[in-house]
Amino acid sequence: MNATTQRHPGGASRRAARLGDRIFAGLAKGSGITLLLTMAAVAVFLTVRATLALREDEGNFLTTFEWRTGGEDPEFGIAVLLFGTAASSLIAMLLAVPVAVGIALFLTHYAPRRLAAPIAWLVDLLAAVPSIVYGLWGALYLVPRLTGCYEWLDGAFGWTGVLSYAGAPARSLMTVGILLAVMILPIVTSVTREVFRQTPRATQEAALALGATRWEVVRMTVLPFGRSGIVSASMLGLGRALGETMAVATVLSPSFLIHASLLDSGGGTFAQNIASQFKEADTAGRDALIASGLVLFLLTLLVNGAARLIIARRREYAGAAL
Amino acid sequence: MAKRIDVHGLTAYYGAHKAIEDITMHVEPTSVTAFIGPSGCGKSTLLRTLNRMHEVTPGGRVEGKVLLDNEDLYGPEVDPVAVRRTVGMVFQRPNPFPTMSIYDNVAAGLRLNGIRYRKSELDDIVERNLRGANLWHEVKDRLNRPGSGLSGGQQQRLCIARAIAVEPEVLLMDEPCSALDPISTLAIEDLIDKLKTRYTIVIVTHNMQQAARVSDRTAFFNLPAVGRPGRLIEVDATEKIFSNPSVPDTEDYISGRFG
Ligand SMILES: Nc1ncnc2c1ncn2[C@@H]1O[C@H](COP(=O)(O)OP(=O)(O)OP(=O)(O)O)[C@@H](O)[C@H]1O
Ligand SMILES: [Mg+2]
Repeated sequence: MNATTQRHPGGASRRAARLGDRIFAGLAKGSGITLLLTMAAVAVFLTVRATLALREDEGNFLTTFEWRTGGEDPEFGIAVLLFGTAASSLIAMLLAVPVAVGIALFLTHYAPRRLAAPIAWLVDLLAAVPSIVYGLWGALYLVPRLTGCYEWLDGAFGWTGVLSYAGAPARSLMTVGILLAVMILPIVTSVTREVFRQTPRATQEAALALGATRWEVVRMTVLPFGRSGIVSASMLGLGRALGETMAVATVLSPSFLIHASLLDSGGGTFAQNIASQFKEADTAGRDALIASGLVLFLLTLLVNGAARLIIARRREYAGAAL
Repeated sequence: MAKRIDVHGLTAYYGAHKAIEDITMHVEPTSVTAFIGPSGCGKSTLLRTLNRMHEVTPGGRVEGKVLLDNEDLYGPEVDPVAVRRTVGMVFQRPNPFPTMSIYDNVAAGLRLNGIRYRKSELDDIVERNLRGANLWHEVKDRLNRPGSGLSGGQQQRLCIARAIAVEPEVLLMDEPCSALDPISTLAIEDLIDKLKTRYTIVIVTHNMQQAARVSDRTAFFNLPAVGRPGRLIEVDATEKIFSNPSVPDTEDYISGRFG
């Protein structure tokens, strides 16, 4: 009895609380609807303009290696952009994720606390650097220094074709990939670090008490526990890499060609292509760019969906075998 | 082989906080020793110094000696990882590896030792230890299901199976039954009775009846005053402690007449 009265003291304030609830519910519903409407409007706008562009296109939108949007018979396609975006993002992931996992493990399980805090802070700070600054750093610092690396790679792995190098300035997809790796490193690191930190103390102590070394504790408890977190972190990073614009536009020397070698200058990505061409494009040209932007959007959506699927599957089996 | 433990002038700290002070006692092999005492008197801390788990806590450090069959666990050349393989531990809250199956939980410690087992060998060891922990019949049809899907009592027995699978010399148990119902508690007490023929067992418990039922010797710890480190008050045969203790404080604590 007493407890009930205490929890709902008096009828008046209960009614006031109800009113508060109603206002909040209305507000939430209102903003939800506004959000949906905005998104629908954006989607309609993009789809209409993209359809207009596709109708004008004389070439095949998926396979054409060209981007001519003006003139009599415009011909443009996203083959080069799709390849460039996928290749550079993939390189970025391959480079960044292992390093990020390594840093996160070091910060959570190896570094003394005095060292871990400043390093973590530094990594977070890197995430706050504007992408144009990364772009300038890439163009002015990274590109000249990578030339030597690429010459070495050419000597060792040139026979594969993928890693041959003709010797022009290193404004290639590989350079973009490396730059993107540096750019997504902070976000992947900090998300992974948070996940690793949440590994239950009791589980880690269980491993320690069985006589596990530090690395065995990591392998038995931290990594399996954090696996879905690593996937989400990677996908966050991938999302950023796929859409990165200014840095890529600053570093890449664009061309509508797919080179056999990732080290040779040229290529393009969706976002970079839009940024480089948008200013000079006429209406038809802009529509074509919008169409390519829509593809990028779908790509990002696909990546996110895949990530969710992977995480959901893992969760189902989270309890079962390693 | 079960081993004897000798604790000599042991003091343990958490950072600047001294949790237990100057503890000297011994633990007999192939017998059960119970640690009793009010909350915060340092039973868990002392237990964790016996397999060098104390130093895992940030700031945790130890002075004094712990001899395992005359070998100092805190000697300069001793590897804490090796100590923990010899001295197993069961925690208050059941903590099976949530990402592993029941089978893998039991096999986890064996896989750590770096010895490659054949599948059939491993199967045998897993079955033997699950039987040893009185759990085999309940889980034999679902060995590949997650260990976290078991009841609390079953999980605790799984943790015991995991701990004894590596054949330690000593088994430390920190309130292993505090999260369990009376039936699971009895199952674990039976198990302890069975295990003591092969292992040296130290158990922390708040349950006086349990201490009286399972242990051969009992150590009583107490805090001399609030904020002071915990101390050993007396250690003796369980019968003696429960019928005719030498220190009045012990009797007060056991009979429930306590501050
Ligand atoms: N991780 C820790 N950091 C700092 N102090 C701690 C830590 N763990 C325990 N202590 C302190 O050490 C003292 C002994 O604690 P301990 O856990 O060993 O007591 P206990 O006898 O096991 O108590 P309980 O019966 O409640 O489990 C207490 O004063 C406690 O506050
Ligand atoms: Mg305790």
